[in-house]
Amino acid sequence: MNVPEGLFYTKEHEWVKIDGNLAKMGISDHAQHELGDITFVELPALHVQCKQFKQIAIIESVKAASDVYAPLSGKISAVNKQVVANPELVNQSPYDQGWLLVIELTEESQLANLMDAETYKNYLKENL
Amino acid sequence: MPIQYEGIINEHQWTRNNCAVFDICHMGEFLIQADALSSNLDKILTQNLVGMPLKTCRYGFMLNDNAGIIDDVIIYRIEQNKWMLVVNAATQAADFEHLRKNLARNNVKLENVSNSLAKLDLQGPLSRDVLVAIAGEGILKLDYYAFDYFSVLGENIIISRTGYTGELGFELYVNNDKVIELWNLLLENKKVKPAGLGARDTLRLEVGYPLYGQDINQKTTPLEAGLTSFVDMKKDFIGKTAIEKKQKQGLEKKLCCFQTESRRAPRHDYEIFANNQKIGIVTSGSYSPSLGCGIGMGYLETQITAIGTEIILLLENIKINAKVVKRPFYQKGSLRA
Repeated sequence: MNVPEGLFYTKEHEWVKIDGNLAKMGISDHAQHELGDITFVELPALHVQCKQFKQIAIIESVKAASDVYAPLSGKISAVNKQVVANPELVNQSPYDQGWLLVIELTEESQLANLMDAETYKNYLKENL
Repeated sequence: MPIQYEGIINEHQWTRNNCAVFDICHMGEFLIQADALSSNLDKILTQNLVGMPLKTCRYGFMLNDNAGIIDDVIIYRIEQNKWMLVVNAATQAADFEHLRKNLARNNVKLENVSNSLAKLDLQGPLSRDVLVAIAGEGILKLDYYAFDYFSVLGENIIISRTGYTGELGFELYVNNDKVIELWNLLLENKKVKPAGLGARDTLRLEVGYPLYGQDINQKTTPLEAGLTSFVDMKKDFIGKTAIEKKQKQGLEKKLCCFQTESRRAPRHDYEIFANNQKIGIVTSGSYSPSLGCGIGMGYLETQITAIGTEIILLLENIKINAKVVKRPFYQKGSLRA
């Protein structure tokens, strides 16, 4: 599984890329692989508040419907309309074109609750 | 059998357009040597066995006294007094017990051959061409729901023109020790790809076939499930009295098909609401690769089953708008080609 360096990861298999006070997020390669063909993505409205580890989006695959959790608290500042129109982008490009949303951070200290690439790789190994 | 090989949607589309092979070894097969009437076998099954021509199959049910479905089965008439029953994996033990209890003791032989007999399904519009190359031109003569013995890999195996996808297709019954060889032989043809349980489920749902344990069970009858065409009311069978009683009383619920207005899929156990009232639960649901929207089945209160009725499917934070539609969802299958 592809686990790019420089990103942070959650136990629920979301990734985050930090850029100043903005956090772009999506689901990991492992997550898209486990879900299989993704058929539907529901994203929150802009400017909605989100809380770390609380549900923020829904992804449906042929197999199941799954909640996506906010990796960090803040305010939604952008959503990826491309994945709503073409949910298969999440399968094809989970870290790039398949990003889900951007959060404007309110509590940067919460980064301590996330895993770096190395820790996430080990977490995947332990949980397979 | 895995859920998927290269992906459910690809496997699904490949079956609709080309040909796929499914490993269905989990299903059970019983061999029965019995005269249909004197053995009571005809009473245990809802189809008329007496009138069945040799080397044909029928889809039918074993019912309990309340007309609840013990299992849905395919009956093969191999000889005048020799039958094969193909049953579901999870119900195998209960089916066998029901047969043992209700079959006459004399001149009857009942044998569970599931552990030695394997089953592969070859399904899709190209399946006949693929099979002719392996089993010979005799395949061309097989009508829908007919079967015969064919020489394959040095063995005489049963091949029937049956399936669970809505496409032209065949089911192959082969001894366990030859199944891997047969699997590989089928896949040598580049038109054939393996498909898993995930695609099997989306394919059968698109044509409105029920799945035992989800859409039908011991608490549902063929009446509510809309499957009375597989029940011969002109003969006697276990559960018939209960069906006649229900027919007089009228049905409280009916198995219906519905389609969502988006790509969102209904799922097993979602609640169904109409006019702010709960009117049922989803028994089967999925994204439909052929239709590009969500489809599902579930039992609805009889007065709210008209085609076009607007319903809402709910689970916690998920809310999906849907409409009652006709069965089947997908009508372009090559089934009878």
